[in-house]
Amino acid sequence: MNKYVKTAVDGLITNNATFKLVLGTCATLALTTSAINGVGMGLSVTAVLLLSNVVISLLRKVIPNTVRIPAFIVIIATMVTILRMALDKFLPDLYDSMGVFLPLIVVNCIILGRAEAFASKQPVLDSAIDGVATGLGFTAALTIMGVIRELLGSGSFFGIQLWDFKIGFFTSSAGAFFVYGMCIALFTLISNRVEYAHRARKARELRVPAEGPLDAPGISAKEEA
Amino acid sequence: MLGTIITIIVAALFSQNFILVKFLGICPFLGVSKKTSSSVSMGIAVTLVMVLATLVTYPLYEYILVPLKIEYLEIIFFIFIIAALVQMLEKIIEKLSPSLYQTMGIYLPLITTNCAILGVAELVIGSGFYADIGLAAAADMNLWFALLYALFAGLGFTLAMVLMGGMRERIEKLPIAKCMKGFPITMVAACFMAMAFYVFTLI
Repeated sequence: MNKYVKTAVDGLITNNATFKLVLGTCATLALTTSAINGVGMGLSVTAVLLLSNVVISLLRKVIPNTVRIPAFIVIIATMVTILRMALDKFLPDLYDSMGVFLPLIVVNCIILGRAEAFASKQPVLDSAIDGVATGLGFTAALTIMGVIRELLGSGSFFGIQLWDFKIGFFTSSAGAFFVYGMCIALFTLISNRVEYAHRARKARELRVPAEGPLDAPGISAKEEA
Repeated sequence: MLGTIITIIVAALFSQNFILVKFLGICPFLGVSKKTSSSVSMGIAVTLVMVLATLVTYPLYEYILVPLKIEYLEIIFFIFIIAALVQMLEKIIEKLSPSLYQTMGIYLPLITTNCAILGVAELVIGSGFYADIGLAAAADMNLWFALLYALFAGLGFTLAMVLMGGMRERIEKLPIAKCMKGFPITMVAACFMAMAFYVFTLI
């Protein structure tokens, strides 16, 4: 169980595709003009990621190593084609607003990256969890950026008009780069702080048993929690 | 005719710049723009593949996929053609000019997963695009306009890459806060470049 939780946390936060690894940037910049577009793109990528991870993981012993990249790309392209048909039929508004970026999910580095680094080596359940976690991490990042840009750029929240105050800069292409840069900086700042605190706590835990090896406070604190 | 050609050139280079306005090909823009020389190599490689890919994908879509009514297979066909083209180009350059291969070789495999290439192949067959480049109707699009657009979109990509490369060479030497180093400061620099290019969309 612990292994699955670690995979999930890794994909969601520790190795967040958008803010930590800076992958899939084209879609992130283009489709965060409003929160709803961000959520739509994020969930589309999550769906493709889950399906492609599962299929690649199932076929990992069949695909020869030398032609694995073309094989992965064909699998991903098939999933995107299916998704495109489904969106065209059931959510035509989202289909229109995503435009050319819907077929471009094929060349989203996150999906090929997870296929190559994870799904081609791990069992099906692990790969499925990894796909969902990475996809939801991407969705969360896109939603955060979409909410910021929509709130400042058009004064609304998920399409609900809140006030008339608007800064056009944030919905323009320049604003996309600016908000993305600031989000990465903030994420790096926070994760550095957390890591520093974590390392300080580890150092303290290690030092205390060395002074008094019999009562080991690190372990008892964990048991109480 | 001449008006359309000029509109396509200006749109592809500036007002619809692939990187700064359309957000296509951001990965190489951030990944290989540390030096001006590598930016130029990447830009030329992308332009070359873009034109060749359009030369194959546009006729394929118009004369094979549409008559056979299998348009829905476009993504799979296009990505396969691009991957094969990149592989072929790599082998040809390796044989013809080993020195060019040395400078360009490492960027070629990366181009397969560059959204700008698949982007241009998808854009020139899409119907929601003709107004952007000054055409009256989707039916006015033909192979020559598509190729012209691909060529200048590639040059626009190169332009943005080179500008960014020059900027980053200078940014490297500046004292910047730790959390802003790397991607964040590059994004802010790109933001100012995008503001400059925004002026072209107002014309």
